[in-house]
Amino acid sequence: MNNSSIERTITYAVLILAAAFALYPMLVILFTAIQPESIGASGVDFGNFATAWDRGNFGTYLKTSVIVTVSVVILSTLLACLAGYAFGTMRFRGSSVLFYLLLLGLMVPSEAIVIPLYFGFQELDLLNSYPALIFPQVAQSLAFGTFWMRAYFRSSQAEVVEAARLDGAGHFRIFWSILVPMGRPAIITMMVLVFMWTWNEFLLPLVMVPTEESMRTAPLGLATFQGQYTSGTALLAAGAVLVALPVIVFYIFAQRHFIRGMVEGSVKG
Amino acid sequence: MPDTSTVAPAARKPLREGRRQAGPPGEPRRVAYLYVAPALIVFALFMAAPLVYAVWLSFFEWDGLSASTWVGLGNYVDVLTDSELRAPFLHAGVLVVFFSFIPVALGMLIAGLMTRARLRGLGFFRTVLFLPQVVALTVVAVAWRKIYEPDGSLNDALRAIGLDSFARGWLGDENFALASIGVVGIWVGTGLCTVLFLAGLSKVPRELYESARLDGAGFFREFRAVSMPAVRGEMAVALTLTLVAALRTFDLVYVMTSGGPGYASTVPAYEVYDRAMQKGEVGTGVTIALVLMVLILLATMLINRLSETAGDA
Repeated sequence: MNNSSIERTITYAVLILAAAFALYPMLVILFTAIQPESIGASGVDFGNFATAWDRGNFGTYLKTSVIVTVSVVILSTLLACLAGYAFGTMRFRGSSVLFYLLLLGLMVPSEAIVIPLYFGFQELDLLNSYPALIFPQVAQSLAFGTFWMRAYFRSSQAEVVEAARLDGAGHFRIFWSILVPMGRPAIITMMVLVFMWTWNEFLLPLVMVPTEESMRTAPLGLATFQGQYTSGTALLAAGAVLVALPVIVFYIFAQRHFIRGMVEGSVKG
Repeated sequence: MPDTSTVAPAARKPLREGRRQAGPPGEPRRVAYLYVAPALIVFALFMAAPLVYAVWLSFFEWDGLSASTWVGLGNYVDVLTDSELRAPFLHAGVLVVFFSFIPVALGMLIAGLMTRARLRGLGFFRTVLFLPQVVALTVVAVAWRKIYEPDGSLNDALRAIGLDSFARGWLGDENFALASIGVVGIWVGTGLCTVLFLAGLSKVPRELYESARLDGAGFFREFRAVSMPAVRGEMAVALTLTLVAALRTFDLVYVMTSGGPGYASTVPAYEVYDRAMQKGEVGTGVTIALVLMVLILLATMLINRLSETAGDA
């Protein structure tokens, strides 16, 4: 059919255009990053990454980001699974009130709480510290996590649970040895999303780490770097690549989980 | 950064509803409190308490150091009446068009095209289109700054096609700074919307399209009659996610323009940070944050209400 082959061509053209638009800014950064820093020189220079790592302090920033992100993912997964299990499979006084309270947390943006958190942590002398970077982020992730895990535990097969109970398994064994292993796909998807949100978060670290350079997370380090070194374009680009790379690599491997999480997490909750 | 989850969730229907009477699922267990406690404690300390403290702070004029002065609702009155404080909210409204409406429209168009034809490489396109959603916005901001530079590639392209007079330092131009940030919003949001709509459209039975085509429906009629009704839920999600992202824009503005030139591209979230952390106007900053939160809540609720009534019709 002639008509449909024209349409197919148009479709491909639109898709290629959209894909090029999506990739272009990233390629700009990548090509800038491998350009020699000195003006007039040409060719390809991978040394910028090493320089950014050492002199630009991106090694330190990335280390902080890794520690914070791993802690947040582990903590919030653990807490969300525990709470989701109770909300999803047990009946207790006040459960719906408590659950809706947590749900409300989905609506509270970090903008609304970051200033009070700053003064709270200042009072405790905990600014520029890991707890200041980790705990507010865990709280931010918990509302979604609990909600997500509750949905999984609610849909978990009652037959399996009943059979386990008949075998004499207690509530913790049912949780830990049966439902958690069975729920691996749901749990991984949640972890992937929390990883991405935590790695990319900017406002919280910006406020929570006002002075200590070694406590800056990677995106924060990048932003301050660009404020300080307006001339070192290639170095800045190399830093940007270093900040983006972990998530992009992760995304390519786990893209199913990214997309599934975004689609399902928001449609069904 | 769970900003993407700020969606009022549609209630999930229990799978075994038929067998169970009304009421919550599961069996009575006191031990539940032990499971819930750790999450609730963290939530109370680092989310609920700061929120309450924020409301308290919003009634004061305070520079963060010296004694504070009770001003009652004064800060709220300021936000509503002071034109300098209103500007960031107007800018956020402009960004909604760029971050939300345009990506939703584009996403619908691309997803519609992708569903209609049998294509190769669909997975590849989906992966690439979604990629901007994954990268830290600070990185995105650095990349786009490079493109918008006076001798950046956008101006190069304009000069190459003879539009030299349009070339400019885009982010330094009072008339274009906000829109330039808006274009980045299109870049970030379009892929997300496309992927959401693709998921919705994949649920439409193939035969429905085939019979529509047998009836001689072209792209646009098929689009209106078959595709649009099928993605109502995804539409609400896409609107909510992108709208919340638009209202909460911070990283892009912080890195790309710092709200400038002048106040041309300032937004509420940037103003929160600037007032409270840099200008010593903690009360004003916190109040802007709370007004922003209420706006986000209202927008979310409105979209969900609309999509539900549309679904009933």
